[in-house]
Amino acid sequence: MIELSGVEKHFQGQVVVHPLSLTIKEGEFLTLLGPSGCGKTTILRMIAGFEQPTKGKILLDGADLTSLPPNRRDLNLVFQHYALFPHMTVEDNIAFGLKMKKLPAKEQQARVEEAVAMTQLTPLVKRYPHQLSGGQQQRVAIARAIANKPKVLLLDEPLGALDLQLRKNLQSELKHLQRSLGITFVYVTHDQEEAMMLSDRIVIMNGGKVEQIGTPREIYAKPTTLFSATFVGENNIFSQDGRLFAVRPEKLVAVRGTEGAKRTGEVLDVLYLGSIHKLIVQLDDEPMTVSIAFDFTDDRPWNVGEKVGVAWNSEDEVVIGS
Amino acid sequence: MKSKSHPLLGIHSLLVMIFIYVPIAIIIVYSFNSSRLAADWSGFTFEWYTSLFSNRHVMEALSNTLTVGVVSTLVSTLLGTMAALSMRKVSRRMKAGMGGLLYLPIIIPDIIMGLSLLVLFTQFHIPLGKLTIIIAHITFCISYVFVIITTRLSGMGGQLEEAAQDLGANGWQIFRHVTLPQIMPGIISGALIAFTMSLDDFMVSFFVSGPNSTTLPIYIYGQVKRGISPEINALCTILILVSITLIFLAQFVLNRGKGQKKQSVLPF
Repeated sequence: MIELSGVEKHFQGQVVVHPLSLTIKEGEFLTLLGPSGCGKTTILRMIAGFEQPTKGKILLDGADLTSLPPNRRDLNLVFQHYALFPHMTVEDNIAFGLKMKKLPAKEQQARVEEAVAMTQLTPLVKRYPHQLSGGQQQRVAIARAIANKPKVLLLDEPLGALDLQLRKNLQSELKHLQRSLGITFVYVTHDQEEAMMLSDRIVIMNGGKVEQIGTPREIYAKPTTLFSATFVGENNIFSQDGRLFAVRPEKLVAVRGTEGAKRTGEVLDVLYLGSIHKLIVQLDDEPMTVSIAFDFTDDRPWNVGEKVGVAWNSEDEVVIGS
Repeated sequence: MKSKSHPLLGIHSLLVMIFIYVPIAIIIVYSFNSSRLAADWSGFTFEWYTSLFSNRHVMEALSNTLTVGVVSTLVSTLLGTMAALSMRKVSRRMKAGMGGLLYLPIIIPDIIMGLSLLVLFTQFHIPLGKLTIIIAHITFCISYVFVIITTRLSGMGGQLEEAAQDLGANGWQIFRHVTLPQIMPGIISGALIAFTMSLDDFMVSFFVSGPNSTTLPIYIYGQVKRGISPEINALCTILILVSITLIFLAQFVLNRGKGQKKQSVLPF
């Protein structure tokens, strides 16, 4: 669907995006995940056409769009702060793209109604953006984009400005929307939980470079770099004989005494989190703490300061490249 | 945080207000005085207002003022808007330089503006008259329009235009459907300020006016040399009211919509 081939971006002599080749499949929900300044938004803006790649090509359905201006690309961007037109009603905002393309009035109306229905905005069509809540504005931004029936929808941290509860609701709405529309979504976020929940595939980025590309399951279970091992979910990194490996907190077992233990330490903290609880353990021989997660079936009491053995199965070790 | 203010502060403020507004109030009050002598009050009358409108000289000055005001407002609004828009496309250093130059006429003393324009017009043998006044007014009105629209534009940011382009709008469509409606309050308010500036200007006009191009402020000056008549008070009252109304209107237009907080962007 979209192909990035050898795309890189320099700003004033600095490399913001290192050479990147990536194929985004039709109907896929792909997320670019990384901390701020990792180049994820720049990639999105290059696909949208607001930035020119310094090198490389971007293809949509096999056609080169590298030199096309944004208004001639068959894809739409949902901006982080929505960028709704303040002087237009919800309806006019949504119809904007259709008007620019001079679609027949009937078609315009039908498409607006469809987009409004899908985003549950029907009672609000006559309002102006400043009369809407953040979540509602967000929906208008999405409706305005999907009314154009783009081949690809690009979303730049669309939930970034919303509070947690609203985020959760809108995340599942977005996922439903993507499934029912069948449009390819390219999503940018720094929230790893959001990325895990929504995506078919995740591209983890750091410092302008791709760290790992994979399904959420692959990323969680088999991180290939130190960065992806620690950025997505919690992880314990051990080093032994000059190699690094990671073991997830839920794969660690706390034992009394040293029998079967691969490390020993002292309980630093006991955290009760409802569905699980956690031990934070200061290791004896290494200046690091590990985190061990228990589920509800294990309710052995632990005290701060208690000696504890840390055990795990060798097959749960995930070896990490440098 | 609300701290109790010093008792003298209130008195001080009151004195400042009196200092500023009493002279203006006196003019307004005496414009309704039926006596010809400014010193004593002998009754209320509208006589001076009616006699203004039958005074051929006043009417001619009014017509000149309006012609100059309307033409210089239209031209300076157009040029000032274009300058503000183009300033977004240039480099940062260029922007600082050009912005400074465009801002300068607001700061330069009027007398120097007037004098320098007079020298310019005589150098190029342009006969002094309405045309020269119009040119002079355009030069300083552009600055006001430019400042107001630049503020409006920077408040708008670039994202709306990007969104429009993303939705398929070409350059003209972006301008027509997004940029222009967004800065329209700025344009209207800039035009109102420009008109007010032109209406009130005495100093610059005084230097560059010629025969048959007397504007109201110049007329007033000429009359005052022969003593202050109640008619002049009436004329001043009208000018004050019109100016205040225009400035309020400009501020209102600028603040309307978007629900932004009321904040003056005017450079005075």
